[in-house]
Amino acid sequence: MDEPEPTTVSMAPPANAPETGGVHASSLVAQPPAPRMLPNGDLSRRARRRGDAIFRMLAQGSGALLLVIMAAIAVFLVLQAIPALKADTTSFLTTLGWAPDATPSSFGIASLAFGSVLTSLLALLISVPVAVGVALATSHYAPRWLARPLAYVVDLLAAVPSVVFGLWGLMYLVPIIIGPSSFLNHYLGFIPLFASNGTYGKSIFAASVVLAVMAIPIVAAISREVFIRTPQDQIEAAWAIGATKWEVIRTAVLPYGRSGVISGTVLGFGRAVGETIAVALVLSANYEISFHILEPGGNTIAANIANRYGEAAAVGRGALIASGLVLFIITLVVNFGARAIVGRSGRGGAS
Amino acid sequence: MKLPRHRAVLGLLAGSGLLITACGSDTGGGVGSPSTNPGGAVAITCSSGSLTAAGSTAQQNAVAQWIKDYLNKCSAANINYGGGGSGQGVQQFTDGKIDFAGSDFPLAAGTEQQAADARCKTGPAVNIPMVGGPIAIGYNVPGVTKALNLSSSNLAKIFSGKITNWNDAAIAQDNPGTQLPSLGIQTFHRSDGSGTTYNFTNYLSNDAKADWAVGTNKNWAAPGGQGAKGSQGVAQGVKSTPGGIGYFELSFATQSQIPYAAVGNAEGKFVPLTQANAVNFLSKANVPGTGGDLKLQFDYATTDATAYPNLLVTYEIVCSKGNAPDKLPLLKNFLGYAASPAGQQELTGQGSIPLPDNLQNQVRQAVGSLG
Repeated sequence: MDEPEPTTVSMAPPANAPETGGVHASSLVAQPPAPRMLPNGDLSRRARRRGDAIFRMLAQGSGALLLVIMAAIAVFLVLQAIPALKADTTSFLTTLGWAPDATPSSFGIASLAFGSVLTSLLALLISVPVAVGVALATSHYAPRWLARPLAYVVDLLAAVPSVVFGLWGLMYLVPIIIGPSSFLNHYLGFIPLFASNGTYGKSIFAASVVLAVMAIPIVAAISREVFIRTPQDQIEAAWAIGATKWEVIRTAVLPYGRSGVISGTVLGFGRAVGETIAVALVLSANYEISFHILEPGGNTIAANIANRYGEAAAVGRGALIASGLVLFIITLVVNFGARAIVGRSGRGGAS
Repeated sequence: MKLPRHRAVLGLLAGSGLLITACGSDTGGGVGSPSTNPGGAVAITCSSGSLTAAGSTAQQNAVAQWIKDYLNKCSAANINYGGGGSGQGVQQFTDGKIDFAGSDFPLAAGTEQQAADARCKTGPAVNIPMVGGPIAIGYNVPGVTKALNLSSSNLAKIFSGKITNWNDAAIAQDNPGTQLPSLGIQTFHRSDGSGTTYNFTNYLSNDAKADWAVGTNKNWAAPGGQGAKGSQGVAQGVKSTPGGIGYFELSFATQSQIPYAAVGNAEGKFVPLTQANAVNFLSKANVPGTGGDLKLQFDYATTDATAYPNLLVTYEIVCSKGNAPDKLPLLKNFLGYAASPAGQQELTGQGSIPLPDNLQNQVRQAVGSLG
């Protein structure tokens, strides 16, 4: 707020302010918007009522439109999916594989949903700690001249198209991730997660790293906004009882920003689970459920749609739309879950 | 033109990275200019109006070149070809949204054919082959300079994970005099549905029945290996992975300077991939259809050692009768140009191959009788 907030006492404008053609320049600057200052003006009350009604209609209309769009999407998905689901000769929920256009038609969501959730969770595991660090650095550690450019760069990272991340992953990350992958396998291979058949590269691990890079700016930006808003009195209170910088962050900033970090994480999950082209480029795409994250393989719902849509026949398209419906449901469940967590945590500031 | 070509040859001989770059840009930009084609500049007959088509991405470059040639001559016409994949093309054709579809597969008998026929109302929808595309088996085996010989049975075993090392006795036996390193084989296949996969697996199912269990499919179905999106992705994977092997259209092999194998035919003879060998294989194809339908059946059983058996053909799917009167002249003239010697000549140098003469004649006849 750069404009000085006018004080009501000193500046009572003329009653017919909106109608006056030539107002003195200085009074025009000082004048607040007229309707706010005319609680008793008959004419302006009517104008205000009309404005109120129009604005209420616009706002409510937008809200209703959103609900209609959501419902339309759900109806579209269900209608398109039903014929394909009827044609499926095996269980849609448990089948591993995707051959909807074969005779007999057989396809299942199991491996795809598993891959979507696994890659996104791994991506969050990598990105959230980094993103919270970035947010704290820009909100509390970096000097002011550095904090603003840094925050700007983080926001810029969020605007990079995902296909660029995908190409980066495919051309650069996949070849070099073979090194760390075989290292992990060599020393931690006894953990099933890091087991491998000896090939590395286009793996769930690589896809998760790409998704993590994409999720970092979102989580960081939202966390930063909340951290900045930590009440100054709480921070000063912590200083006053002799807390160190780290203790101030731990006792005042982090608890206050908790709900913001969770919101950011949910949005990051949304971006990761819905990411299509970057994952389609990086993942090797098979239809198995395997926790061997270093091996080539894995697939996600979104990547499968991108890979299969072009050559799909009628049943194949319906099957892909059915998988889209599952993705829609997963996102809804995660969103509601996160809301419940934020609601229960009670304390906490923004968003 | 002369200088880069010359340098490209040098690049091939010397295998030098710097010169390769020069070649790569040459293949993209310098594709046969129409004026130098034998018999060019006579084939185009103009009509006005507009055509919309979509489908196969395998023939997208070829169709784009034909459109460019056609519109250069005939400014009153308007032709659009959107990619999107064969499945989408056929769907849009069946829905009546486009005038013809490009497809890597002929219409499947049954519901797909019936739905397309219903769209055409007065005549069946027919498949007209237009572009041939040889599929290269590219590999990355450091130290091997001579082109490898890979039999169909060895290819089947490699791509289903039964042969896992380049120094396997079965490979060595077919390549006397070549020192094969002890190096793990990393296979790459398409992760998206594709006509390339369909035709490669069709070759394996026919010429290596005993070793190829998963049949013919446009989606990769064999276990193991790494998937990559698009032929570009497969070529990139092979190029960057020592021990890698994959299948992609010839143009990707030449652009990325990936060496490719001579593949075994039904009799076990090794056929190097050249345009002549690929066209020769196409000329042996059967045409079982009637009424202008030119769906091809490849003769995988051929024992001719100059017929390269691993290739795909893209079709234009059109209504044999019942085309809108305002579209018909342009449809016939445009497809007629594509099938003409000048149009087919445009295909060389793009990694595609022209149809053999016998087939070109049949295609021109079929296009001429559209109604």
